[in-house]
Amino acid sequence: MPLILKNGRLFDPGTGRDEIGDLVIHNDRIRDLGPRIAAEGPGVLDCSGLVIAPGLLDAHVHLREPGQEYKETIATGTRAAVAGGFTAVAAMPNTQPVNDHAGITTLLTQRARELGNARVYPIGAITAGSRGEQLAAIGAMRAAGAVAISDDGRPVMNGQIMRRAMEYAAMHQMPVIEHAEDLHLSAGGVMHEGPASYRLGLAGISSASEAALVARDLLLAEQTGCHLHIAHISAAATVRLLAEAKSRGVRVTAEVTPHHLTLCDEDVRDYDPNFKMNPPLRSAADREALIAGLAEGVIDMIATDHAPHAAHEKQQEFERAPFGVIGLETALPLGLALVRAGRLTLRRLLAALSLAPARLFGLPDPSLEPGQIADLTVFDPEREWLCAPAALHSKSHNSPFLGWRLTGRAVHTIVGGRVVYSLAE
Amino acid sequence: MSHLLGIETLSTEAIWDYLQLAKSFAAAPPARELAGQRILLLFYEASTRTRASFEVAARRLGAETVFVAAQASSIEKGESLLDTVYTLRALDLRAIVMRHGSSGAPGLVARNVDVPVVNAGDGMHEHPTQALLDGYTILRHRGQIAGLTVAIVGDILHSRVARSNILLLTRLGAKVRLCGPRTLLPPELAAAYGEAVTATHDLEAALEGADVVMVLRIQMERMRDAFFPSETEYVRAFSLTPERLRLAAPQALVMHPGPMIRGVEISAEVADSPQSVIREQVENGVLIRMAVLHRLLAPRAA
Repeated sequence: MPLILKNGRLFDPGTGRDEIGDLVIHNDRIRDLGPRIAAEGPGVLDCSGLVIAPGLLDAHVHLREPGQEYKETIATGTRAAVAGGFTAVAAMPNTQPVNDHAGITTLLTQRARELGNARVYPIGAITAGSRGEQLAAIGAMRAAGAVAISDDGRPVMNGQIMRRAMEYAAMHQMPVIEHAEDLHLSAGGVMHEGPASYRLGLAGISSASEAALVARDLLLAEQTGCHLHIAHISAAATVRLLAEAKSRGVRVTAEVTPHHLTLCDEDVRDYDPNFKMNPPLRSAADREALIAGLAEGVIDMIATDHAPHAAHEKQQEFERAPFGVIGLETALPLGLALVRAGRLTLRRLLAALSLAPARLFGLPDPSLEPGQIADLTVFDPEREWLCAPAALHSKSHNSPFLGWRLTGRAVHTIVGGRVVYSLAE
Repeated sequence: MSHLLGIETLSTEAIWDYLQLAKSFAAAPPARELAGQRILLLFYEASTRTRASFEVAARRLGAETVFVAAQASSIEKGESLLDTVYTLRALDLRAIVMRHGSSGAPGLVARNVDVPVVNAGDGMHEHPTQALLDGYTILRHRGQIAGLTVAIVGDILHSRVARSNILLLTRLGAKVRLCGPRTLLPPELAAAYGEAVTATHDLEAALEGADVVMVLRIQMERMRDAFFPSETEYVRAFSLTPERLRLAAPQALVMHPGPMIRGVEISAEVADSPQSVIREQVENGVLIRMAVLHRLLAPRAA
């Protein structure tokens, strides 16, 4: 029986479609859409006041399974994803063991398929154990379904290894995702280096520590022709380097997190480790450059860097607590806040959350057109809710936005024609 | 629940209150108003004078102290700070005096216990009782702090003493000149504290006409991280010698929070000169810590 989404705002960032209407799903695909499709019956979802958009894809998520199931599992992580409106996530390889061979890659995709929440696209490691020494089994992981390679959490500090990885990945038509951080420049640092870190007496991580490695990698991308993707960029200097490289046609894309678009170093208060992540929250001027870069397309996409940590790990001295915050369930409302503030168009926001990450991984363009796989995000852009642990589906609650009243929330998340999540009334 | 976590979170009235109370204790030792109360001294970093100073202060008020050092406890086995504190809390403690290598650690404890917490130095953040005793010492000799120029010389970047003193001295109307090598005094650091604070890498410029000179210890471990090349190089540019001290105001006070390395950041002649109030700082430390413990623990008179 077909599933009909009635009377919603059909919004497709790829085609530019923006109209009130209905959308018909048959089996796992979109069959039809338009202003007036007469249909009633049990398979109808009233979408009045809701936006119907192609499914969101988060290009940067830590699911923690295998090895750290006390922080998150594939089950809880993909549940958090669909609750946040994401129909798919790309899983970073820094699990225990590291996803550096086809066995783990296969485990991830199989487990995700069994669960039937969000789709999971595995990202393989660049180097064995992400130790930065020897290339991982890139070809085998590619064959098992890996969509990119990254040593995320660590940079590839050895330039020669990075060059070889890019050459090898280019042969497999895979992007290389870099966690750009010069570990010598950032050594010991726990927050952005600037007036706030000096006042708090916390060791700083300079913007140059990110931009320096970005500069190296841009040169290598130009040399090798490999698609370079820079993870979670945080510094204005990085935006400038990207703009310059893109203007010359270097194959590079970049992502930014909702927390870097929303917060800055001055928000680090009371040594709350929920404000500790890597890269750190930078200055207000950096944040402005990130928003402008995203609006102009210098930064291609929004990715959450969803990094769950257990309460006992975050309830520690700031210096001792691990880096990272969760983000799957707050990304959409934080993005919509930028739209309401006039900093982004809705089309740009949704492109940054679906089209751009899909293209990064070589997936078909997400769209609402007939014949497409029915991965859809239906959200209420005006729905207000309190971000509190009880409202979250992730196993961990390490969010800097706890206590915030957010506006905008996923109401139905549809994967392969199936409603996998509906917001409880 | 009142705590003393830093000068930054203290009102100007509270600063003056501590300074006045210390003065009254100097004139007339107080009764043993904290008799029977037990205070935990929880030290995650080595300390000689601060620990001794708090112990003497507590005993003069009649309180008893329990000293727990990180090296000798389960802390070394990886127990979390909060678990350690929850366990020790069972000892019927009325206050926790805490030193810790991580900035903000006393605040973490303060948010999770029901007794006052006193910061005895946290990482590179603050050392509020040191700044209070330094302010008290300056007041005793100069009668006021407003209008004075205070030079703070040395490893500013890593110094919690510098941070607390910058906050206290500027709050009370002094101007502060920071001086040290560029690597240990980033320009943005001074800028973070407003217009009353300036920075220079030229010791002679910093000393010119200064009313007070605070010299900070320089840790030779910093050489490993390339903050400066050698002891000789540091001494050549930043050691307080009698010749350099002559650039300061006549009878300028010389202070040092200790531990002091003669011949490195300060010459022996300067340390022992009549202008030096370094030993008096230690005496005043007890009065300030008595005032702090008294305010946080004694029933307040109307």
